[in-house]
Amino acid sequence: MSGPLLEIRDLRITFHTAEGSARAVDGVDLDVRVGETVGLVGESGCGKSVMALAVLRLVEPDGIVGSGSSVRLEGRDLLALPAKELRAVRGNHIAIVFQEPASALNPVLTIGDQIAEAVTTHEKVSRREAWERAVEMLALVGIPDAAERAHGYPHQLSGGMRQRVLIAMALVCRPRLLIADEPTTALDVTIQAEILVLLAELQRRLGMAVLLITHNLGIVAEATQRVYVMYAGQLVEEAPNVALFAHPVHPYTEGLLAAVPRLDRKRDRLAQIPGQVPPATAWPPGCRFHPRCPYAWDRCRTEMPPLLEAGPEQKARCWLVQEPERRHQGTEGDGSP
Amino acid sequence: MTAGLVAPSPTPWRQAWSRFARRWPAVLGLGAVLLIVLAALLAPAIAPHDPLAMPDPVGLRAAPPSWPHLLGTDAFSRDMLSRLLYGARVSLAVGIASALIAVLLGGAVGFAAGLGSPAVDALLMRGVDVALALPRVFILLAALALWDDVPLGAIILLIALTGWFGVSRLVRSHVRRLAAEPWAAATTALGGGRRRMMRHLLPHVAATIIVSATLDIGNIILLEAGLSFLGLGLGPPTPTWGNMILEGRDLLFTAPWVALTPGLALTVTVIAFNLVGDGLRDALDPRAVARSAAGGVA
Repeated sequence: MSGPLLEIRDLRITFHTAEGSARAVDGVDLDVRVGETVGLVGESGCGKSVMALAVLRLVEPDGIVGSGSSVRLEGRDLLALPAKELRAVRGNHIAIVFQEPASALNPVLTIGDQIAEAVTTHEKVSRREAWERAVEMLALVGIPDAAERAHGYPHQLSGGMRQRVLIAMALVCRPRLLIADEPTTALDVTIQAEILVLLAELQRRLGMAVLLITHNLGIVAEATQRVYVMYAGQLVEEAPNVALFAHPVHPYTEGLLAAVPRLDRKRDRLAQIPGQVPPATAWPPGCRFHPRCPYAWDRCRTEMPPLLEAGPEQKARCWLVQEPERRHQGTEGDGSP
Repeated sequence: MTAGLVAPSPTPWRQAWSRFARRWPAVLGLGAVLLIVLAALLAPAIAPHDPLAMPDPVGLRAAPPSWPHLLGTDAFSRDMLSRLLYGARVSLAVGIASALIAVLLGGAVGFAAGLGSPAVDALLMRGVDVALALPRVFILLAALALWDDVPLGAIILLIALTGWFGVSRLVRSHVRRLAAEPWAAATTALGGGRRRMMRHLLPHVAATIIVSATLDIGNIILLEAGLSFLGLGLGPPTPTWGNMILEGRDLLFTAPWVALTPGLALTVTVIAFNLVGDGLRDALDPRAVARSAAGGVA
């Protein structure tokens, strides 16, 4: 395959709520190439988790996927697959690791049982063989005494161990793509690092691609090759890892980077982006970031910028790409609404 | 010695059993149930007399307890103890079989509604709403009145068919709630279909089903006795506790043991099953234990 492993085009997801239609994801294009790690970054509520679920069609029927959207895995449109073939993709070709290791395991089944089940769902193997694969996988993700622990229940494991079990469960069928939705958010910082190292190592060994969804820029910097930044249901910037951190183009990305605490700079207060993400039922007109943007001028309030080429492989949804001089004129425009 | 970080843990069922065993009413109930079941099973071996034999309809008419008729005799000189033991067979057969069928049926419908599309769910549950509005006893009376000699299977089936609605609702709402849990979504995300989902949910719902079945047995035994008392169960001369009470009714003041012994047996059996049911409910729902421990003054 010369094309990307996963190719998302014009993904739109709408939820009909009591407050009106919420366009949670609004025309997102995203590629993941074979074997690569891609970061998807954004604040809570920007639509990144919904996107992860939509790839495996887990948002339906609550979320309605737009008719022009497509999600292609090696050329096959997942959005058009019949239920049975879709189930064959889930867990087998694409697997998800959820953010809550505490509740993503069934409390009344042993962990070995739950991992073995993922095997028997997709492959014609005996229960015994599936169990052996489960134990093997538990050992691979670094569970000590795997053969013994496989007989244990989720409540007997720590949060970090549970996340390892979930990763084992996701990877036991050797998927081509792993979607990790905030895999470390619920964990202690030291455990976070362990899990990330583990993921990177497994990725190398199993040759899979990873779509890493997070709001933590530190993780993105460390673990990914390319990054997509999402804001208010849209992509606002896409760039190779190095380029993004060296010269962010979109003011939102800039703001996110400025808000990361750094040891090498003395500062009394952390920088923050004023305001908050608008509700998905009422996106602002023009550029969706303009009410919080320090550079916003008239054009931003009326005209929505497309994703503009801002460098090699770098794109940003911002008029500053066309009028870069305004960035240096500083913040004469009103930053706050 | 293996130096495991955790002790090999008892399975959830084992833990439930140890919680059950710590409660004396539950254990007492279980003991009584086992005794009654054993007595019913062994009735042909341990009954001192033929329950249908009428050795001396005149001389032994409604004789008080004495040797060799430990619980006395009824109006036809039949041995009360033997009839009581044989009557237990009917009560337990109807109670256990009907409860089992009702629970399986209700469980199946509950799962179908809980995991089905909103249309299926609505159809099944509105159907159950309608069924619950019908008076069960009247339906049973009408149906049983069609027979002259009601077969035991028909009684079991009729009681089961009119008794699964409550369970189906219980299971359905439980399934709905569980299906919204993250681990249920994870099952789907890993490619599991409805069958996988069932496998994941069953252990959770099993507690609900088991408790409801056990509590149902007591109710059904009472219901069957009531129908029998109205002359609509198994007909004489087959002994059932219901028709024994019916036969003893006329002798209530002259020979009270004829009505009171089956009545007492009925009461004890129903209480025993209810004790077991309550014990199971507490044992299978760890939160109930915490609740009763926290506010357990009453």
